[in-house]
Amino acid sequence: MPSFVMTEKCDGCKGQERTACMYICPNDLMKLDRDRMKAYNVETEQCWECYNCVKICPQQAIEVRGYADFVPLGGNVIPMRGSDSIMWTVKFRSGALKRFKFPIRTTAEGSVDPYKGKPEADFANLKKPGFFNMTTVKTFK
Amino acid sequence: MELETCTFAYCQRPEMIEVETDILLIGGGMANTGAAYEAVRWATPKGLKVTMVDKAATDRSGAVAMGLSAINTYMGDNDPADYVKMVRGDLMGIIREDLVYDVGRHVDDSVHLFEEWGLPVWKRAEDGHTLDGAQPAKKLSEGGKPVRSGKWQIMINGESYKVIVAEAAKKALEVNRAATGQAINLYERVFIVKLLLDSNEPNRVAAAVGFSVRENKAYMFKAKCMLLACGGAVNVFRPRSVGEGQGRAWYPVWNAGTTYALAAQVGAELVLMENRFVPARFKDGYGPVGAWFLFFKAKATNSLGEDYCVTHFESTKALYGKYCSDPHKLGTAIRNHMMMNDMKAGKGPILMNTHWAMAELGKTMDAKQIKHLEAEAWEDFLDMCIGQAGVWAGNNIEPDKTPSEIMPTEPYLLGSHAGCAGLWVSGPDDLGAPKEWSWGYSRMTTVKGLFTAGDGVGASGHKFSSGAHAEGRIAAKAMVAFCLDNASYKPAVAKSTEELIGELYLPFEIYEKYKNYSTDTNTNPYYIRPKMLQARLQKIMDEYVAGVSTYYMTSKTLLEAGLKHLMLLKEDALRMGAADLHELMRCWENYHRIWTGESHARHILFREDTRYPGYYYRGDFNLVDDVNWRCFTISKYNLQTSQWEMSKRDYVQLIPD
Repeated sequence: MPSFVMTEKCDGCKGQERTACMYICPNDLMKLDRDRMKAYNVETEQCWECYNCVKICPQQAIEVRGYADFVPLGGNVIPMRGSDSIMWTVKFRSGALKRFKFPIRTTAEGSVDPYKGKPEADFANLKKPGFFNMTTVKTFK
Repeated sequence: MELETCTFAYCQRPEMIEVETDILLIGGGMANTGAAYEAVRWATPKGLKVTMVDKAATDRSGAVAMGLSAINTYMGDNDPADYVKMVRGDLMGIIREDLVYDVGRHVDDSVHLFEEWGLPVWKRAEDGHTLDGAQPAKKLSEGGKPVRSGKWQIMINGESYKVIVAEAAKKALEVNRAATGQAINLYERVFIVKLLLDSNEPNRVAAAVGFSVRENKAYMFKAKCMLLACGGAVNVFRPRSVGEGQGRAWYPVWNAGTTYALAAQVGAELVLMENRFVPARFKDGYGPVGAWFLFFKAKATNSLGEDYCVTHFESTKALYGKYCSDPHKLGTAIRNHMMMNDMKAGKGPILMNTHWAMAELGKTMDAKQIKHLEAEAWEDFLDMCIGQAGVWAGNNIEPDKTPSEIMPTEPYLLGSHAGCAGLWVSGPDDLGAPKEWSWGYSRMTTVKGLFTAGDGVGASGHKFSSGAHAEGRIAAKAMVAFCLDNASYKPAVAKSTEELIGELYLPFEIYEKYKNYSTDTNTNPYYIRPKMLQARLQKIMDEYVAGVSTYYMTSKTLLEAGLKHLMLLKEDALRMGAADLHELMRCWENYHRIWTGESHARHILFREDTRYPGYYYRGDFNLVDDVNWRCFTISKYNLQTSQWEMSKRDYVQLIPD
């Protein structure tokens, strides 16, 4: 289901060097057409439908249209990603709707303090199994 | 055809940026985010520099870019020795038990870190019902009970799994950057396409080269050691969906076999590259079935309602003997084999009976609990395979009312999921493995200074996301030891900058030189653009190397014919044409796919049995031959002769049955 950009909603991230969708796409698919100041997916057959462009777009200008080779028209799946949860709206071809909300993280974004409360590395253990914070491991010997 | 070279007579010359570091992390997925976290803690007090290079943005790169609904490897109360037994059974009796056990005994610490950093992990409440990961409960490290979808799997709310793990890795890298005075130590959107051996010492890696996919810059990273962990290989074979839908690969579509190709090209040994994974998944959308089978207890049948694992049990046992002896412990490959028997007999479509499973579970639940259950079922897709939700929406499929088709996919090459292709590496020295399996530094390949983890480590499957992270940490710690033991080493490179950038940008030069020869830049006798190069590779692999069009069947004669076509394709890859940086990336990705596909074909040709029925068949050796072939298969590309050398290596069982 490749992503597509809605002409009316996309503002090209206001002419910055790169758009949010360009920044995030894991497969380098999003490009900004500087003449129109609109982003687009340059290689839809390489789109994994990971929805990262959809989730990150500040204008909610990106959606996904089902892979034309096997998805009938009419349905869609739309996320609204917040700081601690994500809301999904699934619209069926029949028009039926389902909504779901799931947590996405339990800490504030940017708050990870990776070594807080962790021991320093003990170089006596460098060539033994284990990690800097886990010095004993199991063995079957 | 005449050999083309790039002298920048036609295309623009990139600036070459040289970076010197100690520990280079190539790739930004689970393995290398783990490596960054562990490496920095050891490296920083010793003044060692840690540098990461990622083809994409680390927040959403690698196999976990979309998210995951489960962590598939968490020991908890289980014994890692039992984990080894499970992996050995699923991978048809040949694994490196030292490596698998080592992952098992380390993995839980990574999972505990994920939860500490903010990953919501489902918990089992005292009344037996499930709590999502945001509800108050004890953490796993405090004795909280996970929700097991199987013996080894735990459920998570994993939409932001990679974002959270990346945040910790990026913060760690920043600690090292500030302490060691590097201007930058995380290079995003830089694609490493080639490794360089040291010019003074044979079989030692000295540098990695690549280019920015966003600006006209080439890069050379010189390092004391490097961790090559760029995932597995996708789209080597012609996929079942050849239009837009080929993007809906089961494994991440951007995994281009870079790990295997770069290592092979510098002469590293590869192991079990004949192994592949052919997952049976929801048809077309390739949504996960694990939670449906394990958590919701759904049954798959043919369209007549028959359980193919029952009806084909005896005939499969007759063919493959002890690998089909216990109906309750059938390996993934064997189950695929039985399913395909029914597909060939016209008894399809094969159905996942989600509606029966939901009805059964609903018998003991009230309305609120059923609604919760339905949300859990949808979350399985929405966390990690959103496209499958789109397939259901477009087809008006509600899983509580309608069953869904499942089907085996095109083949994938990988070493961290339920497959074990990869590189031969050094293992831990404390587990009684043969001495030759451990040459001092854990997860170092047979090329000095070149390490790997995750999908890169062969003969050691079923690590999944958590195991890849833990294995990256194991490798990182060994790399620090390697750096300290090799403190005076200075990488030396023979090739000039001019030669290197010429090699990287050759597809640009060729395209610019010839593009005006024809009126349509796509159709031109002087070059092949990456899209058609990929189509040609996929067609060869599909038709000769046991793809879907032959029902995964091949033989000596087919493989030899296929290899002839592959050699011509490899020659033509010297005439790849790229119109822009995006296409240059695709050219190099497909070049890596060709090398990966070639090694796969050569391994299948070498191994004269059908070790993985249900994944591929040798029509001329349709048996699992434990007398002659319960062994590792090793390949090595000889840099002097430009020939692949194949050999057997003994399998050694460390943990009794």
